[in-house]
Amino acid sequence: MNKSFISRLMLNDSGSRLFLGALLIAALVVPLLNLVVPAGSALHLPTYAVTLLGKYLCYALLAIAVDLVWGYCGILSLGHTAFFALGGYAMGMYLMRQIGTRGVYGDPILPDFMVFLNWKELPWFWHGMNLFPVAMLMVVLAPALLAYAFGWLAFRSRVTGVYLSIITQALTYALLLAFFRNEMGFGGNNGLTDFKELLGFDLQKGSTHVGLFLITVLALALGYLACRYIVNSRFGRVIEAVRDAESRARFIGYKVESYKLWLWVFSAILSGIAGALYVPQIGIINPGEFAPINSIEVVVWVAVGGRGTLYGAALGAVLVNYAKTYLTAALPEVWLYALGALFVGVTLLLPQGIVGLLRQLRSKKS
Amino acid sequence: MTDLLQVAVLTPGATTPGVFLGGRGWRRWVVLLATVLLVTVNVPAWAQDTAADETPAATGGAPAAAPADFATLVDSLVDAGYADKDHIAGEIVESGNPRARIVLQALLDGKLYADGNKQVYIVGDAPDDASELPVSDAVSGDAHAPVAADQLDRIGTNNGLRKGLKGLIAQLKLNDPDAGVRQRAVKEMLRDLDESTIAALRARRAHEDNARVLAKIDVGLALGDLESSDVATQLSAANSLYGELDDDVYNRLKPLADAGDGDPRVRAAASKAVKHIEFWREIYDGLQTLFFGLSLGSVLVLSAIGLAITFGVMGVINMAHGELMMLGAYTAYVMQLLMPNHLALSLLLSIPAAFVVSGLMGVAIERGVVRFLYGRPLETLLATFGLSLVLQQLVRSIFSPLNRSVATPEFMSGVWQLNDLFALTWNRLYIVVFALIVFAVLQLVLKRTSLGLKVRAVSMNRAMARAMGVRSQWVDAATFGLGSGIAGIAGVALSQLTNVGPNLGQSYIIDSFMVVVFGGVGNLWGTLISGMSLGVASKLLEPWAGAVMAKIFVLVFLILFIQRRPRGLFPQKGRAAEG
Repeated sequence: MNKSFISRLMLNDSGSRLFLGALLIAALVVPLLNLVVPAGSALHLPTYAVTLLGKYLCYALLAIAVDLVWGYCGILSLGHTAFFALGGYAMGMYLMRQIGTRGVYGDPILPDFMVFLNWKELPWFWHGMNLFPVAMLMVVLAPALLAYAFGWLAFRSRVTGVYLSIITQALTYALLLAFFRNEMGFGGNNGLTDFKELLGFDLQKGSTHVGLFLITVLALALGYLACRYIVNSRFGRVIEAVRDAESRARFIGYKVESYKLWLWVFSAILSGIAGALYVPQIGIINPGEFAPINSIEVVVWVAVGGRGTLYGAALGAVLVNYAKTYLTAALPEVWLYALGALFVGVTLLLPQGIVGLLRQLRSKKS
Repeated sequence: MTDLLQVAVLTPGATTPGVFLGGRGWRRWVVLLATVLLVTVNVPAWAQDTAADETPAATGGAPAAAPADFATLVDSLVDAGYADKDHIAGEIVESGNPRARIVLQALLDGKLYADGNKQVYIVGDAPDDASELPVSDAVSGDAHAPVAADQLDRIGTNNGLRKGLKGLIAQLKLNDPDAGVRQRAVKEMLRDLDESTIAALRARRAHEDNARVLAKIDVGLALGDLESSDVATQLSAANSLYGELDDDVYNRLKPLADAGDGDPRVRAAASKAVKHIEFWREIYDGLQTLFFGLSLGSVLVLSAIGLAITFGVMGVINMAHGELMMLGAYTAYVMQLLMPNHLALSLLLSIPAAFVVSGLMGVAIERGVVRFLYGRPLETLLATFGLSLVLQQLVRSIFSPLNRSVATPEFMSGVWQLNDLFALTWNRLYIVVFALIVFAVLQLVLKRTSLGLKVRAVSMNRAMARAMGVRSQWVDAATFGLGSGIAGIAGVALSQLTNVGPNLGQSYIIDSFMVVVFGGVGNLWGTLISGMSLGVASKLLEPWAGAVMAKIFVLVFLILFIQRRPRGLFPQKGRAAEG
């Protein structure tokens, strides 16, 4: 990712320009409104709103990861929240170990739920998770390894289309069931929660949340640039060729499965990072994050925003989630109707999503 | 002796042993003769018993007087002391009134109450803090207006009285004209045998003519003989118990076989019988697991088979399939609300009703959404998923988000007890049969009708079928309707197994997809085999892995299986399948 790539991007791609500009503005304005503007003012942004925005941006990163494989390579994953949740669990384990003696049972090593289950020592996979670098390594490694194993099997045996979609769904469903079990050692039904601090910063404090928001903005921007770099590269061209005609790409001589595999693993890593940023802001990770319906919702964000554009996916994630927050509070009955109608409406009427609609309008004007 | 029993049953008021024995003069002598021939042991006890039995027969010559007697006896329970109650209970038995057992059972269960006017009632089920209790008249059994709880006093019992009551009730049951009641009574008595119950069994054995009841009584007597101090009696009892599968026999023989002391021959006989039971237990446990697996498999087949058709013919993933099942289940619920007094009929009628409701909904989905998305399977998947959310919320708005339960009609509830170790629940058995019928009908439709021919043609090669004059659009709509209608029927079946709620479909959708993908798309036999084998496999894994782990194993197995055979167990043949 050299300078010329970014400057070229800024010159030629108005969508990227707008997207990165919006992120920059958010990074400047949100802390200002939250920390500098006094609490009584009408312009003051409460901390919960900062957290909410941070959550949307985590979802946006996840949506970009899904768009990368779906929009550019035609792999419709209905199980991407599995990677998201794995990253989240790795972060959650670190935060859990940071609680130390401040837990309900005050055990210096064991998290509360293990004391409650009468466990005497840490399971092997919890060792080292009290060290931040190890935990961050796991945030990347856990989703990457799962994606590699799954992708290696699936792409090599040429499982494609709806079959692949369904087994990704089976994957996340199996993980959902597994993480519900207390014996797995991840807190079972309740998951991991009651976090105290991250790298010494108090998670109850508003300023920590602003900091996390800024890190999320940065991660989203970097993730976006990385994805843009990949799709603009030669690698990206091959990926698009695979999407449009897999057999032809193979006959020309490209090793289709390894192209798919690396793109898939990269996408899983991005999802894992999104999950890791999500957990300290929300304050809990539980097996519900693995639910297949969540993964399908992610696909809808991408479809609403416009697949194969990256920034469209991020836009869709923020818009749909804002609508969800608003509707589930104001008109809880209506939310599922709205989401369902969104699915049908977007696929029937807006196959290119909002971004596609805007492009159409612009080309009509000119 | 068979005709004797029949006569006794036909005789009015023939429910007591007295009338049974004394009803017709010459037959009584036959019975006595038979008794002497049959019962060679413990003659004095038997003789005593017959004598006791004769008394009510003599006095009960006027059956019309019996109810009045019975009413006085029941009323006299109110003020009697415990010892008197014991005595009165005995007289109630002798009164020969058909309600004697019900009243005594109520007394034993603490459900017999009296109000201020000494009127005796049997109280029905009510919450603990209810101010009014539902009651029925103890003597006549007629329902009565609810009575305020503070006006009623329970007719108390103590330990001694309860023991006596149990014996009397057992005696009444042992002499019930219904062989099934007698058999259950003996089985209950096997659980705790003592001298009085053994005596009652011995008494009954003499004039029992039902082979099954007789066999059970013999088991009871042999169990009693095991306690004997005489080694020969013990040995012959242990030997005669070989081949029995009853749990109570096992529980009595097991300590005998394990005991260090005692006669080695008795021990050997006991352990032989125990090993026999253990062997059969394993066999029947295996059969039981197989049956559970098949019934789970039938549910899977029912839920997947409609999907197999739509997916196979149109290559369309219908994520709303689960919700179409849910609609079927709610149809069964609504039918039951419409005719609450005819459970069986409403269930039978809800099968075609659910087919129509879900089928029409399926056609609407196909015409309204799916047909615009042909050739874009991933978009179809998303759009139908959206529809599934809408349908769920629709049901939530109409019927409330709470789960509803659909009552099971009589012929489907209960168990079919094949022997002491093996029982099949009727509802699961019916589901297995039902799944096979649906499968057979569907197979007939696809293989023997013109619609089926067209459906198969389109699924093999759409373009060629169109060229031959098949209206593929019409076939698509009909196929979608057919698959959806079958989902509705599956929903009716599910309503008999679980509660009906808005999330019913969601919990089956992944499983159904797995079945279709495992079996091979567009192949009904594949769906049948894959559904059944997945069902059996999950149930086989469950005992040692637990239900959740079993499910995870099956999912992981399927993920790996698809790598090996991306087109399922039975891939569809034909050029179009390669596309």
